Amino acid sequence: MATSELPNDEFVLPKQKTIWDNILRMLRRQPLGSAGAVVIILMAFAAVFAESIAPFDPELENFEYMLSPPGTVHEDTGKVFYFGTDSFGRDQLSRMIYGARTALLVGFTASFCGAFLGLILGVASAYFGGYIDLVLQRVCDVFMAFPLIIMALAIVSIFGTGVEMVIIAITIPFIPNCARVVRSSALALKGLPYIDAARSVGYGHVRIIMRHMVPNVMAPFLIMLTAFVGQAILTEASLSYLGMGVQEPTAAWGLMLQGGAEEYAESAPWVPIWPGVAITLAVFGFNLFGDAVRDVLDPKLRSQT
Amino acid sequence: MYTYIVKRMLMVFPTLFGAAVVVFLLLRLIPGDVCMLKFGGEGGYADPEQIKQCQDMLKLTDPKIKQFYDYMSGFVRFDLGKSMWTQQDVTHEIAIRFPMSLQIAIMATFVSVIIAVPLGVISAAKQNTLVDYFVRAISIAGIAMPSFWLGIVIILGLLIATQAWTGVPWMPPIFYKPIWVDPMHNISQLIWPALATGYRYSSVATRMTRSAMLDVLREDYVRTARAKGLIEKIIVNKHALKNAMLPVVTVIGIEFAFLMGGLVVTEQVFNLNGVGKLFVESVTQADYTLTQSLVMLVVFIYVVINFLVDLMYAWLDPRIRYS
Repeated sequence: MATSELPNDEFVLPKQKTIWDNILRMLRRQPLGSAGAVVIILMAFAAVFAESIAPFDPELENFEYMLSPPGTVHEDTGKVFYFGTDSFGRDQLSRMIYGARTALLVGFTASFCGAFLGLILGVASAYFGGYIDLVLQRVCDVFMAFPLIIMALAIVSIFGTGVEMVIIAITIPFIPNCARVVRSSALALKGLPYIDAARSVGYGHVRIIMRHMVPNVMAPFLIMLTAFVGQAILTEASLSYLGMGVQEPTAAWGLMLQGGAEEYAESAPWVPIWPGVAITLAVFGFNLFGDAVRDVLDPKLRSQT
Repeated sequence: MYTYIVKRMLMVFPTLFGAAVVVFLLLRLIPGDVCMLKFGGEGGYADPEQIKQCQDMLKLTDPKIKQFYDYMSGFVRFDLGKSMWTQQDVTHEIAIRFPMSLQIAIMATFVSVIIAVPLGVISAAKQNTLVDYFVRAISIAGIAMPSFWLGIVIILGLLIATQAWTGVPWMPPIFYKPIWVDPMHNISQLIWPALATGYRYSSVATRMTRSAMLDVLREDYVRTARAKGLIEKIIVNKHALKNAMLPVVTVIGIEFAFLMGGLVVTEQVFNLNGVGKLFVESVTQADYTLTQSLVMLVVFIYVVINFLVDLMYAWLDPRIRYS
């Protein structure tokens, strides 16, 4: 008997899904989220390979090319200033590419630290309950009464400026926000039998929190995390714009807008336009991606927003 | 209702007290103080005698508990002290700048409501159509765009547009005149920052209106209205919108409180001498009395507006009071 006559032959196993199938599926289901992902990937690419992509050294000042319009050719090297130069004659495109590095560093570090600390605090608050919960929640209330930028500015005023300080200043306000959201999910978990079981086996608090509760509140954690990245990038840009964030000569988008961008609005519009486009695109990308993550992880919201 | 009001009001004080403590801890217990900053600078030599004198004058050598007591009793007496930089009364410094910032905040809220409610309603009524996608893209872009950059773009657009039309570039007036003195002058100066901030704040409200409308449009009474043959326009505008406004009102209220934060950057772009700019200056000059008062002002506005929003909510939806 030939193998093709076997009855089993009709039930061919579905072809194993390749990574491309998965990507196509995501494109179809979450077109906006995919667009966001593309922006994020491009940004990450620019940040990682900044040295090889950027045509110029971002901190190199060419005083003979101050405020050159886009398309000006550098005579010695023959390279083109595609986005023009700023008031120090530095190449705008190179500064934007290196700026992606600063934005992503601040964005990822601040949102990851903030969301992670919030996660631990939120779960612990729900797990212990009672006075600990009450006190922690009131502290969160207090911190959440400060607008993000005000809190960040107040912190910078004490600790000083620079990339590390900006990260701290943005991380602190994120903690209570995430703790609040995670806590409400963790409260629902606390009553479930497997937590009681874990406790009756004699596991310690830390083990129950870290191994049994934290993995089950990953959905709100990831939603907050992705939402934070865009906010962090925006806040970093605002702080740098106000002169209280990343300091010269480091390349940062907000800083590029600070160097008297309004003054040049008329004579050299490329100075204020491009960094703003970069900030908007980056935050737009992270927001779209964050919305898609929320849609996938939180089916209740799927049809609404 | 009265018990609810009193209960809710009592919850305001712990938050305010907590915020005051946080601000105090942040600004006073950290090593180094204004005097060291003022005379020492970054690694510069400071005369210890001079620092001591300055610290005595500002009562920084008092025990921390006494400092805290003075600081808290100042709030109760509405005596916020003197600015450490200009030696003017903090209350005076804030009072001369507050009306303008408040006006921008109110105008920005108007702008945001005018944008958000119609867009949100259209987007919900035409869910998953091109119109819906377009509105959602606009609202996500609003959150993504920094308001200071939008401000720069507005100024640039004004310059180019007026140059093209009249041949003379026009810039908004620089000096502030109260609206009752010169309404035209006032509006033509403040409408631009209001637009820049308002558009940004409309985004959240648009999304809220959309999702609230979608919820309401699925309710039974809407189906009844459709079944009896009512025109869709009336269903959306008269029956659904009113009930969908509840969460939107909350969002707008809270956004108003946070507008004060948004003004910090916008006033910088438009070079307006308001509360936001004062805050940035006080931070740059390490003027702690001014910084702490301004932070507390923002927190106070936030807490009070939250309180009012909660009251309004309870008034609009009686179920909340009893839960």
